[in-house]
Amino acid sequence: MSLKPLLRHAFLILAALLMGRSTAQHGTPDSTAHHAAAATTGAHEAAPAQDHGAKEKFNAGKLIMDHIGDEHGWHLWGHTSLPLPVILYNSERGLSLFSSGRFDHGHRTYDGYALHEGQVVAVDAPDGTDVHHAPVNERLTAATVDLSITKNVATLLLVSVLLLWVFISVARAYTRRAGQAPTGLQNLVEPIILFVRDDLAKSAIGHRYEKYLPYLLTAFFFIFFSNLLGLVPFFPGGANLTGNIAVTVVLAVITFLIVTFSGNKHYWHHIFAMPGVPGWVLAILTPVEILGMFLKPFVLAIRLFANITAGHIIALSFFSLIFVFGETSAGAGYGVAIGSWLFTVFMFMLELLVAFIQAYVFTFLSAMYIGAAVEEPHHH
Amino acid sequence: MTVLASLVNPSIGLIFWMTLTFVTVLFLLAKFAWRPILNGLKEREASIADALNEAKRAREEMASLNAKNEELMRQAREERELLLKEARDIRDREIAEAKGRAKTEADALLTRARADIQNEKNAALTEMKNQVAELSILVAERILKEKLADSKAQEALVDKVMAEAQLRRS
Repeated sequence: MSLKPLLRHAFLILAALLMGRSTAQHGTPDSTAHHAAAATTGAHEAAPAQDHGAKEKFNAGKLIMDHIGDEHGWHLWGHTSLPLPVILYNSERGLSLFSSGRFDHGHRTYDGYALHEGQVVAVDAPDGTDVHHAPVNERLTAATVDLSITKNVATLLLVSVLLLWVFISVARAYTRRAGQAPTGLQNLVEPIILFVRDDLAKSAIGHRYEKYLPYLLTAFFFIFFSNLLGLVPFFPGGANLTGNIAVTVVLAVITFLIVTFSGNKHYWHHIFAMPGVPGWVLAILTPVEILGMFLKPFVLAIRLFANITAGHIIALSFFSLIFVFGETSAGAGYGVAIGSWLFTVFMFMLELLVAFIQAYVFTFLSAMYIGAAVEEPHHH
Repeated sequence: MTVLASLVNPSIGLIFWMTLTFVTVLFLLAKFAWRPILNGLKEREASIADALNEAKRAREEMASLNAKNEELMRQAREERELLLKEARDIRDREIAEAKGRAKTEADALLTRARADIQNEKNAALTEMKNQVAELSILVAERILKEKLADSKAQEALVDKVMAEAQLRRS
């Protein structure tokens, strides 16, 4: 590997990390304090719950957290949500399958379950009871596995369908017009495929790259598509899929499994007995190396999650400023709106870059770890 | 559980769906998308490289062919020159030879003619001499028959004839 691409990669990684850090500093306000049951979209909308005032105070923390979190049903606007299937398995009650609309935006119970701060809990109350009067059954809640098609799962399926549609139709173009110049959609994705193949896989793994290319390409485009879809502010976008720890953990675990099962003698030798290191140093180094094995995918998961979540948080924070100032006076709201709008646009542009960079960083680091695992020993 | 805590706690449901979906998508894409795409790219790259090599080879071949043609042309020109020169030489030589032969023949003819003329002349002269001698003898016989009665007259005649013969010879 020559110096120039190495420097370029190093710079990109550094930029990605710095960007992640700076947005994270801005982006984690004291949201833990805000978890009052407010309407999700804004101060001007009255919540229908009886035990709340007619006019809710705007709660930026809750707005942001609701947007970056997951939900049963897909909130479209105001009080309109797209109902999604709720799938629950309880070791005592068995399987339950019903529409998320039955929860009535989390206000009512159904089939012995209710939503409590976005989580499904088991309750001992008949259907349609107000959640505030339904006692939570902790034992049954612990025995419940929530396999619902949530907003993120729906987005996940959407991204999958999109990936399959785009790439299978592109693949068809390759077989139908074999050896000819690319056209249309093929033109759009081919440079990226070549980038992943040549600049990521080939440069990081070496001559064995072809075996790992399907995973790297899938991971890259999955993250990239999810990131971009997350930037679309309205349905069917807006879900924070790659900013969800469960998604990034699964990706990182797959990378970890590939690295671990690809590891050759050379790789394991370096972990358990680094050559040329005295025995007493090995006593320290080997645990560090073993820890590193697990730390690498952990950091992969955290980096992607934190960067995308932070991007969503900061864009929404600027946006929320309008309503925070608008509550004190309408004039201030309009005044701040201009600045906020500019900042939000700026953030949006930045996030477009981050969408690519994070997909790149995840794929490149995965390729690097695989490359380290399959590297042949060099005889100096 | 607060909302923030749920953010960093991976939910079982999403892990389940993500694993299932991602692995399915990975296999489907690997089989139906990445394999044909990567093969197509590789084939196209190979065919482009082949075409470039082919073009390069053709160009080189063309250049060598041109050089060969030029060499052939040059050789042909040289050969023609050589042939022409040879032909000219042969012609000149033939002409010269013919001229020489004609000249010697003509010379020989002349010489022979001259020799013949000389011979004829000599023969004619000899004949004339013979005839003159015969005539002389005839005349002398007649005179002698008529006049050789007188010895004085004989002697005078002989002297006169001898003198005349001397004169003629000188």
